Amino acid sequence: MKISVTVNGTRYERDVEPRTLLVHFLREDLGLTGTHVGCDTSYCGACTVLVDGRSVKSCTFLAVAADGAEITTVEGLAADGELHPVQEGFWERHGLQCGFCTPGMIMSSVALLEENPSPSEAEIRHALEGNLCRCTGYHNIVLAVQYAAAKLRGEQPPPADWEEVGA
Amino acid sequence: MTMYPRKFDYVAVGSVAEAVEALRATEGAKVMAGGMSLLPLMKMRLLSPTTVVDIGRVPGLDSIEDRGDHLAIGALVRHADTAANELVRTHAPALATAASLTGDVQVRNRGTTCGSLAHADLAADQTAAVLALGATLVAQGPSGTREIPADEFFVDTLTSALEPDEVLVEVRIPKGGTGSAYDKLGRRGGRSDYAVAGAAAWVERSNGTVTAARVALTGVGTKPTRARGVEEAIVGTDGSASAIEAAARRAVEGVTVLEDLYGSEEYKAHLAEVYVARALAAALG
Ligand SMILES: Cc1cc2nc3c(=O)[nH]c(=O)nc-3n(C[C@H](O)[C@H](O)[C@H](O)COP(=O)(O)OP(=O)(O)OC[C@H]3O[C@@H](n4cnc5c(N)ncnc54)[C@H](O)[C@@H]3O)c2cc1C
Ligand code: FES
Ligand code: FES
Repeated sequence: MKISVTVNGTRYERDVEPRTLLVHFLREDLGLTGTHVGCDTSYCGACTVLVDGRSVKSCTFLAVAADGAEITTVEGLAADGELHPVQEGFWERHGLQCGFCTPGMIMSSVALLEENPSPSEAEIRHALEGNLCRCTGYHNIVLAVQYAAAKLRGEQPPPADWEEVGA
Repeated sequence: MTMYPRKFDYVAVGSVAEAVEALRATEGAKVMAGGMSLLPLMKMRLLSPTTVVDIGRVPGLDSIEDRGDHLAIGALVRHADTAANELVRTHAPALATAASLTGDVQVRNRGTTCGSLAHADLAADQTAAVLALGATLVAQGPSGTREIPADEFFVDTLTSALEPDEVLVEVRIPKGGTGSAYDKLGRRGGRSDYAVAGAAAWVERSNGTVTAARVALTGVGTKPTRARGVEEAIVGTDGSASAIEAAARRAVEGVTVLEDLYGSEEYKAHLAEVYVARALAAALG
């Protein structure tokens, strides 16, 4: 089936089999491997992308159903060599260890902050319920989102509750 | 190319009538709304439809309408929209809460309220809410539309009263009553994920006396079920804490409680009592 999608501002027309999942279309047809696959049960959220502005699990989405949609993946966030504030937050607050869950965490956080620029800690944790991390214990992920939220509001990010070794 | 589901044909229909025709004409065809239950089953190859009939592009199914004495929630209204909608929050808080506790953000952005009802999972959230709210489900098939009371809709585990060639076009929630509420214990702890056990309650109170009540359980048996013993016990009381406690003790009267991966029969019966009491207290509060 022929589909036409706009991914990170670029329009693509491709022929796909109906059973192709959006995540595999992004990774294997378009070569956008920033979006990860972390499970086969639709629970982990590593595959989270934005479709028409809403966060979805691209492993549970048929590529053919995305025909005509605007999609944003983690590759579409940085602009002119500058990290997106959410990416910067994950960097500055060490919101990752192995990094496998990170693209999904970042996309869910971007969607959250678009809807709610000043989320409470509880709201951040609730918004990331569909994203599992096996490494960090979530603590620094929450700090990363708080950092990004402040940045996006044009405020000074709050300090981390730990000190850099050697700082 | 990585492939999880088996091969299938795909049709993106433009109307409900087209969907019904595709379902009628194709053996083994399945409707897809949000795909949040259908696709996981297909990925695991637990289900392999010959044809996926995608209703996702049918116009006019994505609205919540105020129809005077009831609200109508169309087949493409997503959980997130049901949860956030002012009309639903005002007239059917049990359903708004159940939708807000369905899955996670990504699931709520894609999955539909009607899809959750049609799927009829024994531990789903919104199923219990529509039972307690006395909803009516509207199905369209080859010979027209029919109305199915919520009480007759949930037949068994993953089995609704829909025929294979019928599309659920909307769920109608009657207005009225004093209040309604839903609460659950989720499989991932707190209120996260499908219900280990959950309860929805709807009540009507006049001059301090509970004059009508509907209470429904999810997660404890093979399908969402009315807790008739509780309803009988709470009607005629003043709805006080002690009346709620006494009524909740009858939570699983006449209900087949089943042990599963998430709890023993005894534990589930205990949770049913706890969540019936919480839902009743919130509905009466
Ligand atoms: C990670 C995860 C967590 C979840 N957690 C929860 C939870 O906590 N609580 C909960 O209740 N659910 C949960 N779900 C399920 C979720 O609510 C689904 O969205 C819902 O069960 C199905 O809605 P859908 O629109 O996605 O339907 P689909 O997946 O498209 O369809 C499901 C079934 O219903 C049929 N169907 C759908 N719409 C119609 C229609 N209009 N007419 C006729 N048949 C129809 C389909 O043919 C299919 O058999 C979870 C799902 C996932 C992936
Ligand atoms: S890969 Fe999509 S939820 Fe895990
Ligand atoms: S950083 Fe390793 S899974 Fe999250």
